[in-house]
Amino acid sequence: MAVEERDPHSGYLTTGHEWNGIKELNTPVPRVVFVFLALTFAFSLVYWLLMPSFPVGTTYLKGLLGVDQRTAVTEELRRASASRAAWARRIETADYATIRADPNLMGLVRETGRPLFGDNCAVCHGTDAKGGPGFPNLTSGSWLWGGKPEDVARTLQVGINAAHPDTRASQMLAFGRDGMLSREDVDAVAAYVQSLSDRSVSSGPDAASAAAGAKVFASKCVACHGPAAKGSTSIGAPDLTDAFWIYGGDRSSIRASIWGGRQGHMPSWEARLTDLDRKILTLYVLDLGARAP
Amino acid sequence: MFGFHYRLERSAMGLVLAVIAAGSVGGLIEIAPLFTIDETVEKAADMRVYTPLELAGRNIYIREGCYACHSQMIRTLRDEVDRYGPYSLAVESQYDHPMLWGSKRTGPDLARVGGKYSDQWHVAHMINPRDVVPVSKMPRYGWLAQNTLETEDLGLHLKAQRRVGVPYTDEMIANAQADAYGQTAPDSEHAKGVAQRYGEATQVRAFDGDPGRVTEMDAMVAYLQILGRLTDAAHSPADKTAEAKR
Repeated sequence: MAVEERDPHSGYLTTGHEWNGIKELNTPVPRVVFVFLALTFAFSLVYWLLMPSFPVGTTYLKGLLGVDQRTAVTEELRRASASRAAWARRIETADYATIRADPNLMGLVRETGRPLFGDNCAVCHGTDAKGGPGFPNLTSGSWLWGGKPEDVARTLQVGINAAHPDTRASQMLAFGRDGMLSREDVDAVAAYVQSLSDRSVSSGPDAASAAAGAKVFASKCVACHGPAAKGSTSIGAPDLTDAFWIYGGDRSSIRASIWGGRQGHMPSWEARLTDLDRKILTLYVLDLGARAP
Repeated sequence: MFGFHYRLERSAMGLVLAVIAAGSVGGLIEIAPLFTIDETVEKAADMRVYTPLELAGRNIYIREGCYACHSQMIRTLRDEVDRYGPYSLAVESQYDHPMLWGSKRTGPDLARVGGKYSDQWHVAHMINPRDVVPVSKMPRYGWLAQNTLETEDLGLHLKAQRRVGVPYTDEMIANAQADAYGQTAPDSEHAKGVAQRYGEATQVRAFDGDPGRVTEMDAMVAYLQILGRLTDAAHSPADKTAEAKR
């Protein structure tokens, strides 16, 4: 029942509706819209054929191009490691001293070590590796578990107080909280420990307290920290005579450590980073320390 | 063709039926594949469920809107695999109801953050992110350390998860509250039950550093430390090649 009435001005058909002498035109959708619609239909059909599309039972249509993002990324990673292979092998096989003496290899270590350190280590140790309260400064040259490349590599591998079965383990006991020392003794030992690195304490108003603390230290603390309070890198006991402190070297921080104990935690990186990555990080961290002012 | 449409739009019933037919095509294409979606998820024999404490942490993660800035999905791109570890598999979020893959990263991806940093770091970071990462723009979540965790309703949370397919046993549901406490108190008798019900590899320790009390911080850190560690499927090359071939 089409209305065959044509508007004389525009040339379009009318709908046949009329309001007070005004007639509505039946303006068709522009042809170009249908052309684009048809093109997108055609594109989707081609795309379905070429690319992975619908699930079918236990599998899916894989497409004629055989595109698979998982194999693509695996392949890309393989190619990336192949392009590194030449120098990676030299770093893997050479010993630490040889690599550190080779400026070319150290250039590669600095280049690849920086993002590795940034992704994995910087959140605790800081982007400049200078640490923060509770997290050691790696550029100070003062190491809890030894600063030889082998020691640092071992710490990276097994962690400290970590979940690794061979983890390095140590604990500073809570001498105050667990009642092994009285409140006065804790105060005295804190004064003594501070006096080891801060000479002004032994001559100041706390001189007597520090002297009393020395006796307590000799009976309770020497087992780990040693008679000269130099610590021991074999059990991760810190040197108390230097200027480097993980939890702070002021009196109240030292007192808090003695009162409540400390047990730092460094994750094991064996499962997360490859042997090569850990070796690069070891060299990178030691290099930061060597170049630090 | 246009003549057909011209006639169709002049018949009310005909047009309604045609609209329904056209709409169903879209519905069919989007919905029908979901009927077999279980078949397309990998299997992981070592997959374990969240403990009550970790589930509580997950609920806090949702409550605080962490997913708005952190994704939990490592895509199949080289830079992501280099930075975060193996790409995420569907099976790894098998027991995530709802999943928290996220679509925006203001902060880093958290899919494999479990075990990457220490508990102390997480606690310090929650209390004030700037203390450990000076350039961080993450808000502080210090109150988590003060709020006591509500554990009374954890059994019901487990029950709700079971209704949508997470294999919690009656025993797990009945002991949910005790297990939440036990996981934060390694020296208590409840700690044994956690290992017995959820496996020896379950991390049992005072996550917030204070064994006396179960706080929201305990739950949050317990959850963060398990992310990416419910199964080793993504790390085992054998499974991955089998998956790639399939």
